[in-house]
Amino acid sequence: MFSICTNPALLPDWQWFACYLTTGTHFAFYRSFLVVILLLAVVAPLALAMGMAGALALRSRFAPVTLLGRGYVNLVRGVPDIVFFLFVPIALGQGIEWVLHHLYCPDWDQPIRQGNDFIVCREARMPPVGASAWARNVYAFTMAAIAFSLVFGAFIANTLHGAMQAVPRAQVETAEAYGMTRGQAFRRIVMPQMWVFALPGLSNIWQILIKSTPLLFLLGIQDAVFWARELGGAKTSLFAYPHPDWRVWYFMALLLFYLFLTWLSERGFTALNRRLSRGQSTAEGERLRKAAA
Amino acid sequence: MRTCAESFDGYILRSLGREHGERLLPRGLDITLCDQIFLIASGLIWNIYFAALAIGFGFFLATGVALAKFSTNRWISRPAAGFVFFFRGTPLFIQFFFFYSAFVLLPRTGLDIPLGFTTLSIHTAPLTTAAVGGLIVLILNTTAYSAELFHGALRATPKGDLEAADAYGMTGWTKFRRVVWPNMLRLAWPSYTNEAIFLTHSTTLVFLSAFPARQQSGEAFYYARYFVDQTFNPFIAYPLVALYFILLTLFIIGLFGFINIRLNRHLPRERRQRIRFRPQYVR
Repeated sequence: MFSICTNPALLPDWQWFACYLTTGTHFAFYRSFLVVILLLAVVAPLALAMGMAGALALRSRFAPVTLLGRGYVNLVRGVPDIVFFLFVPIALGQGIEWVLHHLYCPDWDQPIRQGNDFIVCREARMPPVGASAWARNVYAFTMAAIAFSLVFGAFIANTLHGAMQAVPRAQVETAEAYGMTRGQAFRRIVMPQMWVFALPGLSNIWQILIKSTPLLFLLGIQDAVFWARELGGAKTSLFAYPHPDWRVWYFMALLLFYLFLTWLSERGFTALNRRLSRGQSTAEGERLRKAAA
Repeated sequence: MRTCAESFDGYILRSLGREHGERLLPRGLDITLCDQIFLIASGLIWNIYFAALAIGFGFFLATGVALAKFSTNRWISRPAAGFVFFFRGTPLFIQFFFFYSAFVLLPRTGLDIPLGFTTLSIHTAPLTTAAVGGLIVLILNTTAYSAELFHGALRATPKGDLEAADAYGMTGWTKFRRVVWPNMLRLAWPSYTNEAIFLTHSTTLVFLSAFPARQQSGEAFYYARYFVDQTFNPFIAYPLVALYFILLTLFIIGLFGFINIRLNRHLPRERRQRIRFRPQYVR
């Protein structure tokens, strides 16, 4: 990156480090932190949507829908989520290929599962044959994001359902007495108030979500863990920047990054909780009202 | 093809090492359903080993850390709070990597710590194995999570009970053992049950991270993943391992529920703490 970096072996300490920390692979390492943030940014709204759908299904008056919601929530919560993180991408990938295979190659006569192979016709391969490395990465990332959303959607569904139940029943009854329909009462009365009850649970789930992002590594995505292992491993003098085993420092940096992220979120949620408590019929809302008066 | 009985003989103890059964794991087209059932079951030995020892040691350490965090002396409470903050704020998965790469750096020959009157020598080689090093990370991790639960329970100890203890003239150790500690356990027990479940599920991460599975002896999920890599079929091994974990979870709920009944036996029925299953897995 810097002009002095042409021959790093001759550099004094701090310049050596300046050059070392700005190599191309190190920028890939720094970018992988952005991948973590990106995953959080993609999964959070998706999981919230899944959770909302799940919670509404749990509330539904139509028995099959309730059953579906309950099955989803309990299945995901009852099984270690690491199983889901590894199961969903591969199962979904095979499912997509299976569907495409039946769409594109209806006259294919061989079975798809032959012994230990999963064989579909060339047109049905996903990602397509000859796709760029970048496209492959995006595909893998999307699969991971879907797996994360499924798992955390179930956690959120449970929390949101609890929060909906926590809104004082009398208020819903009042709304119905005013002639609102069930949907109107839900949108106008329950929705605005449920968040303050849901927030502690949601903040907990968010912290868990943050701490589960390193599992991306297991899905073969070049994330921060991958690069920390690559860059930290001992480098012989064949490399431009030889150094002994520095993995411990790289992982220390990762730990500090996550520590910062969880600490920041905790502060954020505390502030959000104060904000949402304003005007609510809870102890915190009452305290805020008295402080203002 | 092996018969089911042969699979059982060959693989039910295979996770202990290659002396205990077949030398090699089944491969490719040679894999039968029974192989999957028994080899994954054999991996559970390690899950139970990690979970039982981590919970056993972690329980006592967590009591200590919780008391330290609850202390009014800042020199004691701050380090304890820092310990809890660090281990709860970072992913267990990376903690494994971090501690493994730190343990690897220790000198192979062992550490000699001069204590003046004698020299304490520590064998560092076992620290790089999952059985010891991985266990230490799990112990530290569960200590932090449990300490937070116990700390919350200490803060919620009923004032009346403490006053009653004072009125009886109890102090120090007696008061702690007969009033504070039972109350702390009683209040924290439902969440502690979830922590135990949570930790048991986290044992799946030990061999997925830095710690090597020597002679291909790993825990249940390690084998499930091995089978999926071999057969490229996730619909058998993963549901199997999920089923085993559900059974393990039910066992923990039963065991801890039994203890819970004992902890609450002096209370009127409506004031008893109920265990609710609400695990939150990844940490």
